[in-house]
Amino acid sequence: MPYLEFEGQQYEVDEDGYLVDWQAWKEGMAQVMAAQDGITLGNEHWEIIKFLREYFIKFQIAPMIKILVKEIGKAFGPEKGNTKYLYELFPGGPAKQACRYAGLPKPTGCV
Amino acid sequence: MANPKPEELAKIDYQPPKTGWMDTPTVFKPGIFPYACKPKSLETVGFPNPRQWSVKDEDWKLPPNWQEIFIEGLRERVSKYRSFRLFLDICVRCGACADKCHFFIGGGDPKNMPVLRGELLRSVYRKYCTTTGRIMGKIAGARDLTTDVLKEIWYYAFQCTECRRCSLFCPYGIDTAEITILARELLNLLGLNIEWIAGPVANCWLTGNHLGLQPHTIKDAFDMFCDDIETITGIRVTPTFNRKGAEILFVIPSGSMFADPGTFTCMGELLLLHELGLDYTWSTFASEGGDFGFFTTNEMAKRLHAKIYEEAKRLKVKWIMGGECGHMWRVWHQYHNTWYGPVDFLEEPVSPITGTKFENAKSNKTIHICEFTADLIKHGKLNFDKSRNDNLIVTFHDSCNVSRGMGMFEEPRYIIQNVCNNFYEMPPQTIREQTFCCGSGAGLNASENMESRLRGGLPRANAVKYVAKKYGVNMLACICAIDRAALPPLMDYWVPGVRVTGVHEMVANALICKGEKKRTTNLRGEPLPGMEGE
Repeated sequence: MPYLEFEGQQYEVDEDGYLVDWQAWKEGMAQVMAAQDGITLGNEHWEIIKFLREYFIKFQIAPMIKILVKEIGKAFGPEKGNTKYLYELFPGGPAKQACRYAGLPKPTGCV
Repeated sequence: MANPKPEELAKIDYQPPKTGWMDTPTVFKPGIFPYACKPKSLETVGFPNPRQWSVKDEDWKLPPNWQEIFIEGLRERVSKYRSFRLFLDICVRCGACADKCHFFIGGGDPKNMPVLRGELLRSVYRKYCTTTGRIMGKIAGARDLTTDVLKEIWYYAFQCTECRRCSLFCPYGIDTAEITILARELLNLLGLNIEWIAGPVANCWLTGNHLGLQPHTIKDAFDMFCDDIETITGIRVTPTFNRKGAEILFVIPSGSMFADPGTFTCMGELLLLHELGLDYTWSTFASEGGDFGFFTTNEMAKRLHAKIYEEAKRLKVKWIMGGECGHMWRVWHQYHNTWYGPVDFLEEPVSPITGTKFENAKSNKTIHICEFTADLIKHGKLNFDKSRNDNLIVTFHDSCNVSRGMGMFEEPRYIIQNVCNNFYEMPPQTIREQTFCCGSGAGLNASENMESRLRGGLPRANAVKYVAKKYGVNMLACICAIDRAALPPLMDYWVPGVRVTGVHEMVANALICKGEKKRTTNLRGEPLPGMEGE
């Protein structure tokens, strides 16, 4: 079982690096994961990551992209409410990469 | 992991190895197999041997008496399912099925010939369940059940989408899908499932759908669909949830509630059913048409299937309508009556709009929305402006379970031709009962096995490419949620420029609704033909 090393502790992650227990997530982990992809997290990244966490806590699933786009647009302005902007921030895809940094599991099923 | 380039992947080596199949070890290739199931997913439904394990590890952490469990399980199923025994006994290895499997065509691995995939388990059956095999061993095509043999059965059981194209060409009518189904059931006895199946099964058991959407999550998603529909059409649709006394319970795959482009199909259904004023309800519990339990064990499939009928009973509806979903229909058509029949608390479906009695649904009291809509069109109950779909040049992918599994070919085509001006068929040997699988069915639409999916989807993609070149096809229509999830990456890879849609998305785009405003965009928010500047 692979692990993520964080502040001297080991946290279980799955084969793709997603945290096994979303509740074990700590803010600093996002930067550790991002650094592995060569990304430095700025305010814009954190706006997305925090939205994802809040959505997940409320709904127990990561939002579908169009909800993400719509809500980010509402909260932070229309220039941020589009997939192009989200992909620029998270080249690995907002659903996959940003959710991973936010400590959320991958959705499964007919998706 | 990056996938090889299409031109690389298309170089397929069909040369079989020099050694016989039993003497050719199976090598696990990354990109071909999905990840192992997580213990929590198995524990949730009480499946055996929950533990942390990885396919890449040498030790799969099997129970100490795993051989006994597997062989006893095999014997039990051979005596219980006569079809299974027959399929194991009667294959003469003629090879008619060999080049009919999309995984073999797209990958060239001889063990993906259905005859040989079946032989992997058949050889174990011979050894432990037949006298000749026990005595004659390898000469009689029998072999011992070792961990390598077990792993080989696993590797190929999860490279079969149970699409049954091979069965169509078998002179004996052997249903190789049933061999895969029971191979997976035996593997499940040892806790050898994959997370892409076990996760959704656990979710469905807990919440009623594969994605694990809770009631308020579904409501929130639908609120957004309703807002979008209002913006586009000026009409406020008002769906109800869990409403007792509704005439009809409508059940769709959860993928259509929470993933594009399925959500546009869902929006299309919302608009159509609202326009008709149909007395129907959605359910946040019976919120999944599909049944991933079907990819684990028959018992689990039964447990998940029951929720739809229990909900129909609780809500006191008259009958059930099902949405654009794939294996849902195979389950309903071929398994329902033994799992949950006969249903005495529902009525034979009658369309309240046309009065048509759906006699074909006499036993399970469930009809497909394409049957319902085709009937509406036939009776002139819907008005369309086909030109709204004029930017689309459409072809139709028959979803395996609806076409081969249920026998529905005409209704979706009839609908498409009534809502679109440009429709072209793919070559006859790739559609209808001979349809090629999307390559990701039966729970294989994970991302880690993408190479396998792209290979398995190559024959389908190739047929799309043919009509894309010949007629300029730019839209692939389908009526299954796995298709809608799996075909977009398949098209992006093999036939860039072709997009994917559900049939009812196109229906709603062309549908002229009472009191609607002048439409300028389709349900995706893209300009309608001729409205690009508005």
